[in-house]
Amino acid sequence: MYRNTITQAREKLKKKEISSVKLTEAFFERIKSVDSNVGAYLHLTQDQALEQAKEADRKIKAGEDAPLLGIPLAIKDLICMQGVKTTCASRILENFVAPYDATVIKKLKEAGAVFLGKVNMDEFAMGSSNENSAFHMARNPWDFDCVAGGSSGGSAAAVAAQECLAALGSDTGGSIRQPASFCGITGLKPTYGRVSRFGLVAFASSLDQIGPMTRTVEDAALLLKVISGHDPMDSTSADVDVPDFVAGLDRDLKGLKVGIPKEYFAEGLDSEVEEAVRRGIEQLQALGMETVDVSLPHTEHAVATYYILACAEASTNLSRYDGVRFGTRSRESDSLYNMYTNTREEGFGEEVKRRILLGTFVLSSGYYDAYYLKGQKVRTLIKQDFERAFETCDVVAGPVSPVPAFKIGEKMEDPLQMYLSDIYTISANLAGIPGLSIPCGLTSGKLPIGLQLLGKKFDESTLLAIGHGFQQSTDHHISYPEL
Amino acid sequence: MSASGFDVQTVARLARLELSLEEEDRLGRQFEQILAHIDQLNTLDTSDVEPTSHAIPLQNVFREDKVEIRFPDEDYLSLSPAKHKGHYEVPQIIG
Repeated sequence: MYRNTITQAREKLKKKEISSVKLTEAFFERIKSVDSNVGAYLHLTQDQALEQAKEADRKIKAGEDAPLLGIPLAIKDLICMQGVKTTCASRILENFVAPYDATVIKKLKEAGAVFLGKVNMDEFAMGSSNENSAFHMARNPWDFDCVAGGSSGGSAAAVAAQECLAALGSDTGGSIRQPASFCGITGLKPTYGRVSRFGLVAFASSLDQIGPMTRTVEDAALLLKVISGHDPMDSTSADVDVPDFVAGLDRDLKGLKVGIPKEYFAEGLDSEVEEAVRRGIEQLQALGMETVDVSLPHTEHAVATYYILACAEASTNLSRYDGVRFGTRSRESDSLYNMYTNTREEGFGEEVKRRILLGTFVLSSGYYDAYYLKGQKVRTLIKQDFERAFETCDVVAGPVSPVPAFKIGEKMEDPLQMYLSDIYTISANLAGIPGLSIPCGLTSGKLPIGLQLLGKKFDESTLLAIGHGFQQSTDHHISYPEL
Repeated sequence: MSASGFDVQTVARLARLELSLEEEDRLGRQFEQILAHIDQLNTLDTSDVEPTSHAIPLQNVFREDKVEIRFPDEDYLSLSPAKHKGHYEVPQIIG
């Protein structure tokens, strides 16, 4: 029962072939049987979920309908859900119970979704491997010795291991697309501003964006439609129309132009990844699309720019964790200053401290212009690269990550190497454009490889139509890890 | 102090972080590498480039200036690790 897509499960629920309660119970059974190895979940909301499922069954029986009525989902643990723990996989928030629903949760509830629980992540969404969770790490369901990817590693692992029908993740520098690629699922980072960030615990406010992580592009389109839209509670939320992403999936792809950036096929790209991605692009050609060469010349500067700007924003966002109003507080403190420093020392993990320190430094007096302002200027150049590329193509295609899922522990001692693994995803966040990761093959060691499609601002429809066309003509998205 | 001026102790104090000696040592070495990578941005001439702080244009958002109570005070206070008679409790500040 847990192998369905959202679309398939909705059909079966509507025809009353299955009930939401049975479906929800099947997922809890599945979680019980596999999650001790996968580690996708941080906390389950079983009682609530079964109540929601019962209510969904009642509505279905009464002939009511809603886009996600009775559909069990998992939520990354940095999205607030009223009355449920929201820990951001951090000790500093381990007892925090959110007092309100994030806008995306409110929208999902209105659409009839069932919430199975909160899933694992790198602490405060900082990381590329899910090894920075303060509680336990999520492992890759295709190979438990490999990372699930980060920071939405729990969301990706839960979908790949069939522990939910779909999940929400968040993407600040590739945190939806990279774990989706490592775990062989579909992940979409929407345009910045497309989805409200109200109730998302902030990491880097000008880059963060919530998005769907699903088995198919069709499911991603369905979820995106539900969670998108202008929100007065988020002043950065864009007041733009929300198209019917599902209705647009079957459009003719003939004549659409795919830009191939030479900088995305450079030194450091794993040969098996390159081969699978190039085959994926050939498949797009077979669907009638044309390829054009484009250049994104500032790609090599994206990682440096990102770490200046993201860390600067993180250091200000995380200054609120002082042990006074919420979260945990260090017990042994004889002064206010010591209470702050002890609380932050005990509550934050090493990666978070590293980024707070870097952010504090680049914003500090005397270094602001040399680092922060410089970063903002290079961000302009990266944004202009895409604007120029999109003058000649509709989407840009390339790899998601230079390598497939790496071994647990392999990059932990070398943060710079870990940061550089995000080189192909980061630019999209700096430019604010949408990005889609879809499975396009397996390595000889049976690890998934992702194909990335980057689109124009607010043109998720084109990305989704291309991704859907690709999945209609291939079967990479329907291969599952043996568990 | 590294070539780029990064001093772990000073920055940690500004960030209200207390680091162990071992952390100071390890982070100090890692920062030298990270900042050396970041310094590659100096190869770009950005003198005529406008900075981008947000990927999409933003404007001030105003709403009517009226008092709204979204949650009762006790809901906020219930999240606090220490409270006393309707207030957040902190260590003594004034001697």
